[in-house]
Amino acid sequence: MNMTHIIFKREFSSFFSTPVAYVFIAIFLIMSGVFTFYMGNFYERGQADLLPFFNFHPWLYLFLVPAMAMRTWSEERKSGTIELLMTLPITTAQAMVGKFLAAWSILGLSLILTFPLWIMVNYLGAPDNGVIFAAYIGSWLMAGAFLSIGICMSALSKSQVVAFILAVVVCFLFVLSGTALVLDVFKGWVPGILLDTIASLSFLQHFEAISKGVIALKDVGYFVILIAAWLYAGLVIIEQKKAQ
Amino acid sequence: MIVINQLTKSFGEFVAVNNLSFDVKPGDVVGFLGPNGAGKSTTMKMITGFLQATSGTVKVCDYDIEENPQAIKELIGYLPEGAPAYGDMTVAQFLDFIADVRGLTGAVKSARLKAVVSAIELESVLYRPIDDLSKGFKRRVGLAQAIIHDPKVLILDEPTDGLDPNQKHQVRRLIQNLSKDKIVIISTHILEEVTAVCNRAIIISDGVKLFDGTPKTLLGKSRYHHAVTVEFAQMPDSVESLVGLAEVSGIEQHDNQVTVFSDNNSIIFNDVFNHIKNQQWQVNGIYAEKGRMDDVFRELTAMGAHR
Repeated sequence: MNMTHIIFKREFSSFFSTPVAYVFIAIFLIMSGVFTFYMGNFYERGQADLLPFFNFHPWLYLFLVPAMAMRTWSEERKSGTIELLMTLPITTAQAMVGKFLAAWSILGLSLILTFPLWIMVNYLGAPDNGVIFAAYIGSWLMAGAFLSIGICMSALSKSQVVAFILAVVVCFLFVLSGTALVLDVFKGWVPGILLDTIASLSFLQHFEAISKGVIALKDVGYFVILIAAWLYAGLVIIEQKKAQ
Repeated sequence: MIVINQLTKSFGEFVAVNNLSFDVKPGDVVGFLGPNGAGKSTTMKMITGFLQATSGTVKVCDYDIEENPQAIKELIGYLPEGAPAYGDMTVAQFLDFIADVRGLTGAVKSARLKAVVSAIELESVLYRPIDDLSKGFKRRVGLAQAIIHDPKVLILDEPTDGLDPNQKHQVRRLIQNLSKDKIVIISTHILEEVTAVCNRAIIISDGVKLFDGTPKTLLGKSRYHHAVTVEFAQMPDSVESLVGLAEVSGIEQHDNQVTVFSDNNSIIFNDVFNHIKNQQWQVNGIYAEKGRMDDVFRELTAMGAHR
């Protein structure tokens, strides 16, 4: 069996043996329901789409995903199991990818479990199912980006609380980097091209582009590169800090 | 074969392991001794590839740890200090996970799992989460994990820490029963363990090697080596006359006990025995000392601390 697969299996089942997966899925489903129907005015809008549902995903992920990711490496370091893991014939990269994929699958599973919403909107009207499918893919990719940031922050600190807070802050910056709140800080003293770069890092922009139904290489590539970059950063950090 | 050459590890200013060199051949069971903070665990962490050495080389079965860590990790079974394990898993799940990582499959895997579980007597806790286990059981799970793939090289960091005397005995028997062509390195504070299971002892202190030889040689360094202890029914007045015997360097009194020390490692038991008979002293017991490990250990490591 492939090492990444073995790590994946262990991590995945550990999400269910500690109640993390159940809690996460339950909260995710309840919150997305609350957001869609109460704050998103799903019925009042009178449109057969899932926009109110997807619009809140970045904000939902902002707190839920770091909470899920915080234990990834912090716990290994705190309990000392990292010494066991790193002296088994597994490379750090294999462990990293296995851990990421396990948590990402739970996120995917949570998204899949919102299917009654999709069925309902089809029952109520005639939505563009292609757009909805694209939005699901976009949401999952974005969740992966949140997750990779959370995992990287978890590599930084033995304390899960510190890892959580750092992850929320960094994720928050990425969510908002296209908005005035962040851009105003840089306006005036950074060159325009850098400003555009910062603006283009926004989760919101790329997610909205995908959820309009266009799965463009540029947007998918953005999330994939971001995931790879944060996981690699986490890998470098954990190699440095594993024994501390 | 493990070859360690001028291994050094420093953390900032602090030198944990200082220019340590030694070889271990197949069949060697090495007791790795030293006070707390002597650098035992650090050395083990470098051999197993968890820590990177500041300088020096580690070679295990001709592989270099820097160049080929994965190959070495496959060969080694390692019990880290404190026996860490994934607490949310049951013992069965955990051992199954390790067996997968070790590349065991199918019938071989189930046979190995079965053999290890019965050798370490884990049947009763197989389906309990590791978090819920007692310290002794946790340690044994760590041990099971280390030997599951029948490794050529076994490195155990304090394998009997926290075990009760019966469990200690069991673990020692397990190590003794390992096949004779393996390399075993055990770190321990318990000196009797070394005489019980090891055929070689290495003592380090402050990261420096102080002794490397058989436990017998180590005992020979004790001033109690070949000494004779006599338990008197009643302490005779003329007990000092023992000092006058040939090759006796001195005596020490404790309650009703007298220890007679030998000069130049000569065997003085007969002389002492005959002297007691001649004097018609009433004794409750008389026995030859082999040497006291803790005594030598203290002497060696105290010396090391003063350098």
